[in-house]
Amino acid sequence: MLTKTLSSLPILFCFAACSIAPPGTDIHDPFEQSNRQVHAFNKSIAASFGGNDDGSDGPRIPEAISLPVINVAENLSLPGIVVNNLLQADLEGGVANTARFLVNSTVGVLGLFDPADAIGLTEVDTDFGATLAAWGVPEGAYLELAFVGPTTERDATGDIVDIFLDPLGQVLSDDEALLASAFGIAGRVAKIDQSGDVIGDVLNESADSYAQTRLIYLQNRRFELGQDAPAAVDPYEELFGVIE
Amino acid sequence: MLSRRQMIVFTASSLVPMRAAALSMETSQAMVTSLVAEVNAVIASGKSEAAMISDFAGLFDKYSDVPTIARYCLGADARAASAAQMRTYTAAFRHYIASKYGRRFQEFVGGEITVEGAEAVKSWIEVETTVKLRGRSPLRMDFHVSDRSGSHKFFNFIIEGVNMLLTERAEIGAILDSEGRSMDALSARIGAI
Repeated sequence: MLTKTLSSLPILFCFAACSIAPPGTDIHDPFEQSNRQVHAFNKSIAASFGGNDDGSDGPRIPEAISLPVINVAENLSLPGIVVNNLLQADLEGGVANTARFLVNSTVGVLGLFDPADAIGLTEVDTDFGATLAAWGVPEGAYLELAFVGPTTERDATGDIVDIFLDPLGQVLSDDEALLASAFGIAGRVAKIDQSGDVIGDVLNESADSYAQTRLIYLQNRRFELGQDAPAAVDPYEELFGVIE
Repeated sequence: MLSRRQMIVFTASSLVPMRAAALSMETSQAMVTSLVAEVNAVIASGKSEAAMISDFAGLFDKYSDVPTIARYCLGADARAASAAQMRTYTAAFRHYIASKYGRRFQEFVGGEITVEGAEAVKSWIEVETTVKLRGRSPLRMDFHVSDRSGSHKFFNFIIEGVNMLLTERAEIGAILDSEGRSMDALSARIGAI
């Protein structure tokens, strides 16, 4: 019922974004030229932050700091995620995330720790981009945004809507909301620091880091959204033919 | 003398390579279970990165169909390459894939890979595994297993939806482009990574 009422909304969002990919193409990138310029910019930003002083790989923020920061940031993001769970008619996910938020905000000392995980209440992560996908809004063109990185028209729209959709914004005072967003940004930085090796390897070692980033982002995002891989690859069939 | 019909049957059957045994779900899952145990042992060994990468190269030889993976990632250029070029390229590719994904697997240090189950997909078996990492949500990694090389070997793996064959075919293509589509330059470059 809820989804039915809301199913007219995507038209509004599609009006704002989402050009439709021509059928048969896995990658819809009409803005490739400008995306590549943004990619070069993002790469230069990453390069100025990347690499440890002693030349070693690995996270620069100690785990003792990054883990609680990520925990707090993820806990603060839960109310917004619950809204999206409900918009997708995912009652189970909404209940699990609500219970998670209650446990971690109390027993977990304002989200510093993650006791909910230990009792099997793992996060059912989602966002408004995924809600749009659930409502049938097409992915739209691939985009690379400055500082944000790879995204699509649908996901970029979702990111903006998520800011307004977050119930925390309604209940927190201005100062508290500022603190909450500071934790949100710190959590993102800590996460990037943790996966820095993977991102760094793609950016620095790939012969065409733009194309690799695009391919990896789109495959991973479609997987998160529960979409089947566009092409299951059978190298034997291609190289040696079909077995009778 | 053989009749014409017998002759055709005889010729045809001698041309089609015999498949040693049918592709089996149990064998595929057991193969990946054993691979996963060896990967877990390597990442828990505390060896240097170089030593781990050399161990992973050994695991690729033992459990995966490296020549098919290498040939697929090269795409149409494989047909124009000489046998000697293909040998050099395949050896370089073996090193490339072991060091690239060896470094990825090395990040699983402190975590553990578990086999969840197997199912038949198209002409192969998909074996699903979960990578549990400290303080991070678990990753899903699927291995695709076939026996078309003569024995049960994996020919692809998919980490959180990212398909190794598709990703590496794009990458090898991009390296070829940047090397003026020279096979020899490609092999030299990926052999040195």
